[in-house]
Amino acid sequence: MAMYLNDDQSALQDSVRDFVSTEAPVSHLRGLRDAKDEDGFSRKLWQQFAEMGFNGILVSEDEDGLGMGHLEAGIVLEEIGRNLTPSPFLTTSVAGVAALNAGGKHLRDKYIPGILAGETILGLAIEEGPKHRPDKIAMEASRSGNGFKLNGRKSFVIHGASADALIVAARTAGSAGDEEGVTLFMVDRDAAGLSAESARLVDNGQAAAVTFNGVEVDADAVIGEVDQGQAVLTALLQAGRTGAAAEMVGVGAGAMDMTVDYLKQRKQFGQMIGEFQALQHRASHLYSEMEIARAAVMKAQQLLDEGNAGADVMVSVAKAKAGRTANLAVREGVQMHGGIGMTDEYDIGFYMKRDRALSEFMGDANYHANRVAELNGY
Amino acid sequence: MTDLDSFRSETRAWLEANCPEEMRQPIKGEDDVYWGGRNATFKSDAQKSWFEACLAKGYTVPEWPKEYGGAGLSPAEGKILRQEMGRIKARSPLQSFGIWMLGPALLHFGTEEQKVHYLGQIARGEIRWCQGYSEPGSGSDLVSLQTFGEDKGDHWVVNGQKIWTSYADKCDWIFCLVRTNKEDKYRGISFLLFDMETPGVTTKPIKLISGNSPFCETFFDNVTVPKDQIVGELNRGWDVAKYLLGHEREMISGGGLGDGSASLGGKVKPEIGSNALGQLDDPMLRADLAHFDVDVLAFKAMAEKFVDEMKAKKSHPAQPNMMKYAGTELNKRRHELVMASGGSDALEWESEGSHHGAKPRTWLRTKANSIEGGTSEVMLNVISKRILELPGA
Ligand SMILES: Cc1cc2nc3c(=O)[nH]c(=O)nc-3n(C[C@H](O)[C@H](O)[C@H](O)COP(=O)(O)OP(=O)(O)OC[C@H]3O[C@@H](n4cnc5c(N)ncnc54)[C@H](O)[C@@H]3O)c2cc1C
Ligand SMILES: Cc1cc2nc3c(=O)[nH]c(=O)nc-3n(C[C@H](O)[C@H](O)[C@H](O)COP(=O)(O)OP(=O)(O)OC[C@H]3O[C@@H](n4cnc5c(N)ncnc54)[C@H](O)[C@@H]3O)c2cc1C
Repeated sequence: MAMYLNDDQSALQDSVRDFVSTEAPVSHLRGLRDAKDEDGFSRKLWQQFAEMGFNGILVSEDEDGLGMGHLEAGIVLEEIGRNLTPSPFLTTSVAGVAALNAGGKHLRDKYIPGILAGETILGLAIEEGPKHRPDKIAMEASRSGNGFKLNGRKSFVIHGASADALIVAARTAGSAGDEEGVTLFMVDRDAAGLSAESARLVDNGQAAAVTFNGVEVDADAVIGEVDQGQAVLTALLQAGRTGAAAEMVGVGAGAMDMTVDYLKQRKQFGQMIGEFQALQHRASHLYSEMEIARAAVMKAQQLLDEGNAGADVMVSVAKAKAGRTANLAVREGVQMHGGIGMTDEYDIGFYMKRDRALSEFMGDANYHANRVAELNGY
Repeated sequence: MTDLDSFRSETRAWLEANCPEEMRQPIKGEDDVYWGGRNATFKSDAQKSWFEACLAKGYTVPEWPKEYGGAGLSPAEGKILRQEMGRIKARSPLQSFGIWMLGPALLHFGTEEQKVHYLGQIARGEIRWCQGYSEPGSGSDLVSLQTFGEDKGDHWVVNGQKIWTSYADKCDWIFCLVRTNKEDKYRGISFLLFDMETPGVTTKPIKLISGNSPFCETFFDNVTVPKDQIVGELNRGWDVAKYLLGHEREMISGGGLGDGSASLGGKVKPEIGSNALGQLDDPMLRADLAHFDVDVLAFKAMAEKFVDEMKAKKSHPAQPNMMKYAGTELNKRRHELVMASGGSDALEWESEGSHHGAKPRTWLRTKANSIEGGTSEVMLNVISKRILELPGA
């Protein structure tokens, strides 16, 4: 597969770019933030996403979706990142749908129509501590009657309080660190014994700490196979990590474009600050890193879409590279803006905040570099 | 099966049948590379038979048109051939400045006669070329070059000095930037080709910090160059030179990919050993290696994307500068890590066991990567100006 967008993908990019920058530019985020919106995203926009067809990008055509791949999902996410659009798209339509695609048809029948209609929102209840440790899942799901009883606590559940259902990873056998014994469940948000306590994050996202106090689910709630949740979890994580990496490329690109524009406007010492070689070289280095990060993300997307076994390592490369690079972009962005970059009124700071939140989502650059080392046997 | 699928299976079978086992081993020393030229000798039968098999198939220059010695492969086929050669770690059968640099410039600017004559020689590995660009007073500021060609009707008489001319003492011909008009800085340079055996050409090797002498000072004392040995128009050699530099930078950037093995960390683990968890027994070095491996795999994706985009005419014309910058900085980092991983063993300079100091000599040689073909700073200047369009760049 050639590493550039084909005509259909370019057309999709044009329409997404146009739509997102018109409907949800950075001012949209600012508005939600200033209004202290409880969801932290706009449900109206989620419906518009549905009307555009984006919500079903990874849903097969048989199930009324667009039947596209991670590359196309990434096209949407890059624009979301560039505009800092708050949206449940990544958790619901990318990671969530990828999990459902790897799981049961009955669950897709139940949840996909609502996602396609822009009504249903999914939360991902994977984490149990402040750092991403999916291999250390400890929360318990014990057998109970025909189903399971869930007890424990999950953290960093993005949109957790707004979601209609949560994808929950819990232990049905073994102990933390074991490869087998993890099972994934769909748990309705209004299930008895489930409570979510939401916190506003630095980027104005909302993340919940979710407590499961004897939450009962029946056997139908299992995504995939009991004790064999690793396959579904892997699909979810690969989609989420690659998607987050694509969004970070957008965040980095947005920050870089703003900064390069600023270098062409701001005058000091009687000249444009963009004339100073000290800044030119840093901007050009950033450009170079951004190009490479985008290529790494595209490669991961293509390998995932091909079902290539090499996708696993490349997904981690993408998340690590995009993570480091977006971080460089926002740091350079604020610095090169000088004092104005420190103000709330100016948008560059929002980029820095979103970058921070995305870097923790499904593993930061160190987590993924470590994973690359492990996959390479050292 | 699509045409490309069948091309892939044919190629795989052809490589299986024609690429000797010895030609699938990593390159250990300079003489493992076949450069061609008048004085070339093959190091082994395997090297010879591999070269000859490729030559017969047009695979010394697979994507050049058939009439100039290539195989006329499309970009998609060329990519498949590279992938399949990479898969079995096949060495390239012939390397040369002719293939990487002069060839593309001739394909773009040469006359039909020049293409048939010179490209054919390059494809067959008959003539080995060197590059006469830099001068003592003109390095980064190449356009200030002074070597002068005086018009004598049907020929020029060239006088001046070049420096850092790689392999000048081993090469047969030179492509050379010569001033043919002193009034106009940019539009006063011509791109000339001439035989290094022409009377008046002398070379003097320069020793590098690696202890090797792969490049020279090159002197021209009343060197006669016939008028039909110019590429492009008179005084418009700068256009040819810049076009060629794009290809040179692209080629040098390839160093960023290393020897094609996926992981430096995996490679050095036996030297360093592992802890109870099976991890490299040096946590800080392991972290550096891990981030390095991330950057290499990301750059590998970039290299593939760059070639695909370039062949489809979708890439920014200044993108080779970015590739050169990123690839060479990466390669320098690789060899810092190779040295750090080798510890005191990697300091040995002459012993047999160290292959005569292969590691430290290679490490030192890579420092030139971000200098030769245009320095990193100059690459960043070009990106600033042509891609980011920053003022005053
Ligand atoms: C939190 C905070 C508190 C402050 N408190 C005070 C205060 O109490 N009193 C007060 O008077 N000021 C204060 N300042 C202002 C501060 O001193 C200025 O912001 C600072 O001098 C930079 O100027 P600038 O913001 O105009 O940025 P600019 O000068 O416009 O710089 C923009 C970018 O261009 C770069 N740049 C500029 N010139 C060059 C050059 N020649 N070469 C290379 N790069 C260049 C800068 O490094 C920067 O990255 C404060 C600023 C902040 C953020
Ligand atoms: C191993 C090797 C092989 C080579 N092979 C060849 C060959 O075959 N043929 C050939 O013609 N040449 C060859 N070269 C020469 C090479 O192209 C030059 O060395 C290179 O262009 C730099 O020129 P210079 O050495 O004069 O350095 P200078 O131009 O003097 O640069 C010195 C330092 O100043 C910096 N600098 C210069 N200008 C600027 C600027 N505008 N902005 C910021 N920084 C700047 C440079 O980046 C560098 O760090 C080779 C060089 C090496 C090291």
